[in-house]
Amino acid sequence: MIRFLNLLFAPGFFQNTQVMNALLLGGVVAAISGVVGVFVVIRGQSFVGHAIADFGGAGAAIAVLMGINTLWGFLGFGVLSAAVVELMGDRAREHDLATGIVLSVALGVESLFLYLDTHFTGQAGAPMMILFGSIFLIKPSTVSIVVALTAATTVIIITIYRPLLLCSIDPDLARTRGVPVRIVSLLFIVLLSFVVAEGSFIIGALLSTALLIGPAAAAIRITHKLGLAMLYSAVLGTLAVWIGIVLAYDSFLWPPVRRGWPVSFFVCALILLFYLLTRLREKLPGSGIMMVRRVT
Amino acid sequence: MISPVKVKKGDAILSIENIRVQFNQRCVLNDVNVQVFPGEFIGLIGPNGAGKSTLFKVILGLLSPIQGSVRVLGRAAKSGDRLIGYVPQKLFLDPNIPLRARDLVALGLDGHRWGIPLPSKVRKKRVDEMLKAVDAYRFADSPVGQLSGGEQQRLLIAQALLTDPQLLLLDEPLSNLDIKSAYEVVNLVSRIGREKGIAVILVAHDMNPLLSVMDRVLYLAEGKAVMGRVEDVFRNDVLSGLYGYPVEVLHVNGRIMVVGGNNSGINGYPLECNCCKSEAAT
Amino acid sequence: MLDAGIFTQSFMIHAWIGGTIVAILSAFIGFFVVIRGSSFAAHALPQAGFAGGAGAVLLNINPLCGLAAFAVGGALLIGYLGDKERNDVITALTLVATLGAGALFLGLTNKYATGAYALLFGQIVGVSSDQVVATAFIGIVCLLCLAFLYRPLLLASVSREIAEARGVPVRLLEICFLVVVGLATAIIVPVVGALLCFSLLIGPNATSVYLTSSPGKAMALSLLISLVTVWISIVLAYISGWPIGFFVSMTGALLYACARAVHYFRVKNIRLKAGIIQC
Ligand SMILES: Nc1ncnc2c1ncn2[C@@H]1O[C@H](COP(=O)(O)OP(=O)(O)O)[C@@H](O)[C@H]1O
Ligand SMILES: [Mg+2]
Repeated sequence: MIRFLNLLFAPGFFQNTQVMNALLLGGVVAAISGVVGVFVVIRGQSFVGHAIADFGGAGAAIAVLMGINTLWGFLGFGVLSAAVVELMGDRAREHDLATGIVLSVALGVESLFLYLDTHFTGQAGAPMMILFGSIFLIKPSTVSIVVALTAATTVIIITIYRPLLLCSIDPDLARTRGVPVRIVSLLFIVLLSFVVAEGSFIIGALLSTALLIGPAAAAIRITHKLGLAMLYSAVLGTLAVWIGIVLAYDSFLWPPVRRGWPVSFFVCALILLFYLLTRLREKLPGSGIMMVRRVT
Repeated sequence: MISPVKVKKGDAILSIENIRVQFNQRCVLNDVNVQVFPGEFIGLIGPNGAGKSTLFKVILGLLSPIQGSVRVLGRAAKSGDRLIGYVPQKLFLDPNIPLRARDLVALGLDGHRWGIPLPSKVRKKRVDEMLKAVDAYRFADSPVGQLSGGEQQRLLIAQALLTDPQLLLLDEPLSNLDIKSAYEVVNLVSRIGREKGIAVILVAHDMNPLLSVMDRVLYLAEGKAVMGRVEDVFRNDVLSGLYGYPVEVLHVNGRIMVVGGNNSGINGYPLECNCCKSEAAT
Repeated sequence: MLDAGIFTQSFMIHAWIGGTIVAILSAFIGFFVVIRGSSFAAHALPQAGFAGGAGAVLLNINPLCGLAAFAVGGALLIGYLGDKERNDVITALTLVATLGAGALFLGLTNKYATGAYALLFGQIVGVSSDQVVATAFIGIVCLLCLAFLYRPLLLASVSREIAEARGVPVRLLEICFLVVVGLATAIIVPVVGALLCFSLLIGPNATSVYLTSSPGKAMALSLLISLVTVWISIVLAYISGWPIGFFVSMTGALLYACARAVHYFRVKNIRLKAGIIQC
C-alpha cells in the first residue's frame, strides 16, 4: 500500500509547500472556472472567454517589464478589454468581429512586450511563463489574493444567479421581465475576466480556455440540469488540475529530460479525455441523452 | 438557361403517398398523402412542431421517409432538384455583410455551381428581370443586411425563382413581417405563381392572409394531414378528427381561428398561434 | 535611415516576396472568415500550427511540416467534432488540444526553443529561399481551392438552408474551407507569427466591409489594405527590429478605426438628409 502510494505520489509531494499551494490554488481556480464556464458555454461566449486570456497576456507582458506581479497585468488588461468588447458590438456576428479586432490589438501589444521582456529584463522564460503558466512558481503572497478574488466572484455569481440565467437562456424574456440585460452581461463579463485571469495565471494565457470550456462542455453533455452541470463541471476541472499536478510532480523522474513535463499539458490532456468520454458515452445505445440540435 | 419542363394538364407536380418520417423512434409524419397540381396555391398550416419544415425537407430530398413515396413531376425526390424553388424563413445576416441585393439574387441562378462567376450580360439581364418581377429593382444595389424583413423576403423569392422552378416552397415567409408586408408578399407570390403556372406551397401559422389566394389548404397536426378546400378543412369535425380531441373553428369577421378545448371558445387556445402551442398540445 | 539593404539583401528579398504572397492569400481567405463569422477558427488554427511547429523543432524536422500538419489537423478536428456541438466550443477544445501538445513539445525541448518562438512572433529574416518556393506553391493551391469553392461557399454563408436545398454538400464544404484556412495558416505563420496571423486574416476585411457593399469591391479593397499593411510592417520591423506581428496588428487596427469613423459619418449624413426630406 505504502509502496503503491509512493509510486503515485513521488517522495516529498506532501511536504513541498509549492506543491501544496499549487493544489490549493489549482483547485479553487478550476472549481470557479467550471461554474462560470457553464454560463460561458450556454451563452456562446467561448471566443470572448478565450480572448480575455490573451488580452490579459498583454497586460502580463507589460507587468513583467515593469517588474510587478503578472496577476495584476492579467486582471487589469483582461477586465478593461473585456468591457470594451462587450460595449462594442451588440449582434452576434458583430461581436465576433469586435472581439477579433480587440484581440488583434492585444496580441500585437503582447508580442511587442514579450519581445521587450526577453531583450531588456533578461527573462528569457517570460513568454513561456505567461503563455504556458507557472503553477509551481507561485509566490505565497499571491495565494490569498486569488482566494479572495474567487470568493468575491462566487458571492456575486450567487447574487445574480437567477437574472443571469434568464439573460443567458432568453434575453428577450429577461428584458420583458425588467432585468437590465446590458448591465447583467457587463457584470458577467467582468466576473469572467476575473476567472480567466486566475486561470491564465495558473496554466497560462494560451491554455486557460481549457479550464473554462472543457469541463463545462463535458458536464453539459452529462446532464441537462444546469445546477448539476455546474457542480460536475467544477468537480471535473478540479480533478483534472489535481491529477495534473500529481503527474507533473511525478514526471520529474520521467524521460527524456528529467526536468518535468509541463502541468498545462497534463491538465489539457485530462480535460480533453473527460470531454471525449462524455461524447463516447453518448454513442452507446440507451444513454438517454437527446441529440443536441446544431445551432446555426 | 434551363428550359421549362412541359407539364400535362392534370398531372400532379408533386405526389406524396403514405409517407412516414421518424426521428429517433419518434414519428413526426405518419401516413401523409399530398397531391399538388400545376399553378395551385397551397397553404400549409399547422401548429409549431407539426412537421411542416420536415415535410419540406422530404420534398427537397434532404430527408428520406422510412415508408411511402415522394415524386416530383414523376421522378423520385432528390436533393438539388432545379424544379423546386425553396425560400427559407429568414436571413441571418450581419448588417455590414458586403453583399448587394443583386448578388444575393444572382446566387439563386448559379450559387450551387463550383468556381467563380464570370461576368455575363445574360446573367445580369436575368437577375435584373427577376428583381423587377418581385418589385425589388429599387433597392438592387443596397446592402442586403440593411434591408427590411419584407424586402429580404422578396429577394429570397427572386432567388428561388431564377432556376425556373415548377414548384415553389416557402417556409414561414410571413412570420417576421408586419401585416401589410405579409399581404404584399402573399399577393406577389400568388401573382407570380398564376402568371408562370408555378405551384406554390406556403407555410404559415396564420391562414388569414392566405384566405383570398389559396386554392387548397394542407393542414398538419399530430403527424397527420388533411388536404382540401378551405371550407372542407376548417370544420369542427375534420380538425377534431385530426387533433384527436375536440377543437373548434371560429369565424370572426371573415377571419378563421382554430381553438382547442370544448364548446366554450373563451377557454380555448388558438392552436396555430406561436405562443401557446405547448399548452395546446397537452 | 532607410538603407538600400532593405531591398537588396537576399533575406529581405525573400521577406518581400513571402510577405506579398501571404498578404494576397489572407485578403481572399479573410473575406470568407469575416462573412462567415469564423474569427475564432481563424485565431485557433494558427496557434494549432504553432504547436505543430514546436513539435517539429523538438523532432528536428522542417517546422513547416509540423505547422501544416497541426493546422490542417486542427481544421479537420473542428470540422469533424463540430457536427453535434456548438462551433465555438469545439474550436476552443481543438485549440486546447493542440496547444496542450504544444506545451509538452516546448517543455521537452532541451535547447532554448528559438525556432518555436520565431513561429510565435514571426520573423522576417527567417524566410529561406526554399520557403519562398513552398510559400508560393501552397499559396497558389489555396487560391485555386478558394476560387473553386467560391459560389457554394458564398451561398452557404448567406443561407445554409438554401445551399442544402440546392444540393450543395454544406458540411463537406465547410470542412474544405477550414482545411484551406489551415493550409494558408502554414505559410502565413512563419512570416507574421502565430499570434498575429489572425490579425492579417480578419483586419483588412473587417475594414473593407465598412466601406463597400459589393463582394468584388470588398475583396479588391481588402487586397489593397492587406498589401499595404504587410509592406508597411516589413519596413517598420526592419528598421526597429521589433516583431513584425506588432506592426501588422497596429496598422490593421488603425485602418479599421478609420473605416469605422468614415462609416459612422456617412450613416449620420444619410440620416440627416433623410430627416431633412421628411420635414
Ligand atoms: N433533425 C432532427 N432531429 C430530431 N428531431 C427533429 C429534427 N428535425 C425536426 N425534429 C422534430 O420534428 C418535429 C417537427 O419539426 P418541424 O418540421 O421543424 O416542425 P414545424 O412544423 O414547426 O416546421 C419537431 O418536434 C422537431 O423537434
Ligand atoms: Mg418550421
